[in-house]
Amino acid sequence: MPDQLLYAMEVLLNGLMAGVLYALVALGFVLIYKASGIFNYAQGVMALFAAMTLVGIMEGQVPFAHLINAAFGTDLHVFGWQLSGLIGILLTAVVMVVMAWAVNHLIFRHLVNQEPIILFMATIGLAYFMEGLGDLMWGADIKKLDVGLPQGINGWIDTTTFDAFGYGFFIDNLDIWATVIAAILVIALMIFSQYSKQGRALRAVADDHQAALSVGISLNFIWVLVWSIAGFVALVAGIMWGTKSGVQFSLSLIALKALPVLMLGGFTSIPGAIVGGLIIGVGEKLFEFAIGPMVGGATENWFAYVLALVFLVFRPQGLFGERLIERV
Amino acid sequence: MLYREAGDFKTSYEDDSQTFPIRFDRLAFYAALVVAFGIVPFVINDYWANAVALPFLIYAIAAIGLNILVGFCGQVSLGTGGFMAVGAYATYKLMTAFPEVNIFFHVLIAGGITAFVGVLFGLPSLRIKGFYLAVATLAAQFFLVWLFNRVPWFYNYSASGQISAPERTVVGVPVTGPHTEAWATYLFCLVFLAGSALIARNLTRGATGRKWMAIRDMDIAAEIIGVNPLRAKLSAFAVSSFFIGIAGALFFSVYLGAVEVGEAFGINKSFLVLFMVIIGGLGRIFGSLAGAAFLVLLPVLLKNTLVGTLGWPTDLAAHLEIMIVGALIIVFLVAEPHGLAQLWRLTKEKLRLWPFPH
Repeated sequence: MPDQLLYAMEVLLNGLMAGVLYALVALGFVLIYKASGIFNYAQGVMALFAAMTLVGIMEGQVPFAHLINAAFGTDLHVFGWQLSGLIGILLTAVVMVVMAWAVNHLIFRHLVNQEPIILFMATIGLAYFMEGLGDLMWGADIKKLDVGLPQGINGWIDTTTFDAFGYGFFIDNLDIWATVIAAILVIALMIFSQYSKQGRALRAVADDHQAALSVGISLNFIWVLVWSIAGFVALVAGIMWGTKSGVQFSLSLIALKALPVLMLGGFTSIPGAIVGGLIIGVGEKLFEFAIGPMVGGATENWFAYVLALVFLVFRPQGLFGERLIERV
Repeated sequence: MLYREAGDFKTSYEDDSQTFPIRFDRLAFYAALVVAFGIVPFVINDYWANAVALPFLIYAIAAIGLNILVGFCGQVSLGTGGFMAVGAYATYKLMTAFPEVNIFFHVLIAGGITAFVGVLFGLPSLRIKGFYLAVATLAAQFFLVWLFNRVPWFYNYSASGQISAPERTVVGVPVTGPHTEAWATYLFCLVFLAGSALIARNLTRGATGRKWMAIRDMDIAAEIIGVNPLRAKLSAFAVSSFFIGIAGALFFSVYLGAVEVGEAFGINKSFLVLFMVIIGGLGRIFGSLAGAAFLVLLPVLLKNTLVGTLGWPTDLAAHLEIMIVGALIIVFLVAEPHGLAQLWRLTKEKLRLWPFPH
């Protein structure tokens, strides 16, 4: 096979892997949007916050150490323990549930029946707050996250493709793991929402929250549940991205990348988030590969948005979104 | 006692349709103009101009522009930073290509160019609505910033990739470049703000503004009663981008002087201006001014208290500041979703009755 085609295939595979990670963030958006009509801009910052908390707990950092030291003149830094990845993840999950409860009870319970734009603004406020809180709690430096996921080039794919085509594909082990975990997560979520009692209540609320309320479903409980699940998804996304490129501020920007994914897939569809993520991931990698060098590179910054924009002009509700029927 | 319509008789149609129908409002408006034009230029110094006055004036223009689009026409836009960049780069190209023309006209023409770009990116709004549109405008934000970063023609092939404003004068007084004085830059921006606010106020209470509001409230119903959605939406995009372009031009040429596009006009700028509009009050011109003042003053205040008085390290203060801004936004939305302008309106309602309870 010609070299160019082989390179393109490698880019395509890497794009698919990147797309899975986009889809993971987009999934969190869709969950909250379906259940409460809130377009949660803070999803990316939640992923960042979760990853920071995980690192902080595993390293045994004292929360707010910087602030306490500045205010009281003490010199605190670490508790002096090291926790394994699994315990760290469990504790972080607890933190995310507490956060979900706080977010629902302090903010969104008071904003029921407000216009969507107001809710959206509130989540941007929440994003700013959590960004500041995360930095304040755990420090703003770039952290290394290692929960024991394998990293580096996958030798088996490398040798197999080398034997077959005379050119070894570079595929990161982490990306493969991310794909597997994302697939498990999606299947688990689908089973949960189809067959469990809470899952059914969740779908009822998503359908019509007043009707759900009238048959005795507690809206507050469901909303806390949804925010917690979104928190877990954020944690998983945070672990993946954090292991890949370090826990740092740019992590929260992947939320912005998830937006065109959502637009492609439709805000209300879980399969849409996944397909959208794959399209964006593959599209931007291939575009950068084929057209990027001609126009000065770094097209990944905008390609996803422009693709989504052009796409929406032809199909305003996205690939799998519910068709809007408007009446006066 | 002071604030009421009673006794303020209107004897002609002009009286009846003036911008501020209540005498107290009118007097307050004139007083504000006198203070802004007649007193502040004589007392302003460099610190106040650079830390408070110039950012306030420029952000207020941008907020008015965005308010027209989001607050009056209901089209949520996250592309403000990108459009400001268009204004900045348009002035830069004009300033360097036609040095003999007055900068005043450069800024206006830059606004016009931005309006054109705004209409271009506003075209999808005819098909896309709500959040889908908000995300679509992100395309403008990222694409424009990338374009100005990557195409050397826009920054005149300078080695650093930055653009910096050469010195230009208005009636012999420099307003851009390194040798400006505080009062000159202040007055230059103030003229634009006063003009923009007046134009916006009068546009929004006339036929154009009513069309925008009809589209905002329900676009299908508006279409049925005879509002042309194409013209209404695109005119909102044009007018809004015009103001935002002027703000971007001033931000670059008068306030910063030298600009690196990703830093000065990134996505954070879009959010900042949107916050000003929301905190100030959607669909109120006064709200844009109040929101801009609030968000410009707040960081200055926090920084002075935390770093200046308490002596905390600056990075800590920066984290606290972003936390407090976020929390305040939420508190505002929970307590008063209609913003500072609504508080002001409630105060006026109370003042009308005062000192009688009913």
